[in-house]
Amino acid sequence: MSMLKDWINKGRLKSPWVVHFDCGSCNGCDIEVLACLTPVYDVERFGILNIGDPKHADVLLVTGTVNHRNKHVLKNIYDQMPEPKAVIAMGACGLTGGVFREAYNVVGGVDKVIPVDVYVRGCPPKPEAIIDGVVLALEKVKAKLEAAG
Amino acid sequence: MRTILPFGPQHPVLPEPIHLKLVVEEEKVVEALPNLGYVHRGLEKLTDIRDYNQMVNIVERVCGICSCIHALNFCEAVEEMMKIEVPQRAHFLRVMWSEIHRIHSHLLWLGLFADGFGFESLFMQLWRIRERSMDLMEATAGNRVVISTNIVGGVRKDITEEQKTWILAEIDKIEAEVRQVEKTLLSDYTVKSRCCGKGVLTKEQAHQLGAVGPCLRGSGWAQDARMTGYAAYGQLDFEPVVEHDGDSYARCVVRFREVYTSCDLVRQALAKLPGGELAAKFKAKPEGEVWRRVEQPRGELFYYIKGNGSKFLERVRIRTPTFANIPPLLAMLPGCDLADVPVIVLSIDPCISCTER
Amino acid sequence: MLANEQAVTVDTLIPECQTRFDAGLRLVGISAVEIKTDSTFDVLYHFDKDLQVSHLRLNVPKADAVPSISGVYFAALLAENEIKDQFGVNFQNIVIDFGCTLYLEPEVVKSPFCTFTFAKKDKVKEEA
Ligand code: SF4
Repeated sequence: MSMLKDWINKGRLKSPWVVHFDCGSCNGCDIEVLACLTPVYDVERFGILNIGDPKHADVLLVTGTVNHRNKHVLKNIYDQMPEPKAVIAMGACGLTGGVFREAYNVVGGVDKVIPVDVYVRGCPPKPEAIIDGVVLALEKVKAKLEAAG
Repeated sequence: MRTILPFGPQHPVLPEPIHLKLVVEEEKVVEALPNLGYVHRGLEKLTDIRDYNQMVNIVERVCGICSCIHALNFCEAVEEMMKIEVPQRAHFLRVMWSEIHRIHSHLLWLGLFADGFGFESLFMQLWRIRERSMDLMEATAGNRVVISTNIVGGVRKDITEEQKTWILAEIDKIEAEVRQVEKTLLSDYTVKSRCCGKGVLTKEQAHQLGAVGPCLRGSGWAQDARMTGYAAYGQLDFEPVVEHDGDSYARCVVRFREVYTSCDLVRQALAKLPGGELAAKFKAKPEGEVWRRVEQPRGELFYYIKGNGSKFLERVRIRTPTFANIPPLLAMLPGCDLADVPVIVLSIDPCISCTER
Repeated sequence: MLANEQAVTVDTLIPECQTRFDAGLRLVGISAVEIKTDSTFDVLYHFDKDLQVSHLRLNVPKADAVPSISGVYFAALLAENEIKDQFGVNFQNIVIDFGCTLYLEPEVVKSPFCTFTFAKKDKVKEEA
């Protein structure tokens, strides 16, 4: 049993599956996430795969500010993900609310709602920075796995 | 048997959260109700604490995909209100950046559309071509997406002669590469069978429901805000692209051919680029009311601005193209097959962060 | 004052819109502004035909009801719902009425764009 578990854990770290959730961003960050998937940056060469279902994902990538309506959706997606999981907040908006922090419908950064492991700065961050962020998140997942035994 | 199906807010073909409630009878959609608000930030209200110069940066972030054109419209409106004479060079540079933005936006959409009906390799190809336009923006402005080149009174950045030659060469490459995929996208049997006759918007409907941009032109109206000649468009040769079928395929063709027009406009703008100042100096406070519109990749963008003589504007009202295209979408959906819903929703090029601001 | 602008009242709004609809004008958008000095709203309707823009201006006291033009121009529905959300302008008979929850969650009961909360208060009362 433990051999199977080891094997699965090894696979998880080699090929992290990312679910991307747009949480009220201006699209600037989203198109950079998509740009990562395309031939010039091509994250698939690191085994990083973008998928639609949070139940299959290891890493949650959140762009944009949290508002009063989508905070429930965000929480819901986070809860659906299996342990261990890591959360990346992306862009000035995801970090603190960015230029919108004072707007009336903005709650603030992603960490107001769910715990965040990695912060990627920029408005929008460059695709290289996003890839770096995912790699960093993997280390967090690894640490969590080791802690869990 | 009636069933209500939720579509979104998190859906693989939609990069952004929009929620549609679809009332379905067997496999046919009978009614569609939108449910918005997942991206609403309320940035029009930020005028209270940000002055008109800072607002340029905020309106750019209404939508990252057409950021440059939002700023262009806002600056032109404020300039009109304060009666600032913008230097000619700035006008031409604004056209250049707007058109590069349009190329990037259309290629992005064409890629997503291809992905929407499952043609993944075409998505990859189009996005590979698009990276050239991103490089153009990064090299000339310093950022890939939100380029912030427009300021009230002119532009912030200049281009050198070397850059000019390089931009022209890149534009040629983009055009050549887009021509290569033209046959695949526009005459492929599977593509046609997914888009032809799907989501038809008749000529009358398009006008009555207030469609804008490729949705309006795809239904046979030759209406493009660039014909009003804002910035330097009045001095360039420009013909709107029109298609007559009004279906998803027609809208796709309009956008595809607009990539060529944009390439052409960049060339014209660079050929006629005059020398001189980049930005005008001014001493005035915005006062009075103005409206202004420009053409975005998704359609006509309309701003209404009211100033009260202080540096804080009293009201900025942004009517974005997708906001105008949602009522036509609600009219297109009833009667279509459930399987076609993603293609039809994508065919209006929805930009939700624009819609809700 | 905008060029090409015409003032309307609550009673003449719908007939004016109908004439414009019949003449083939396209509705571009609706904007609302709060007039702070005399506690009224200005509601502006923008129309376009052959690239010529014209406007209708409706000035109403804050508490008054405004008839919805979405029966004439279906496209008005989103804009009217949005203004109802943000300003609390009391539009009557919108084709699809979101009841002030187009953008905002029901728990937010104050109109963010001005201090006035007519339409919402009504709703809160109903629920109570
Ligand atoms: S960080 Fe910048 S680019 Fe990203 S969503 Fe926010 S405003 Fe847009």
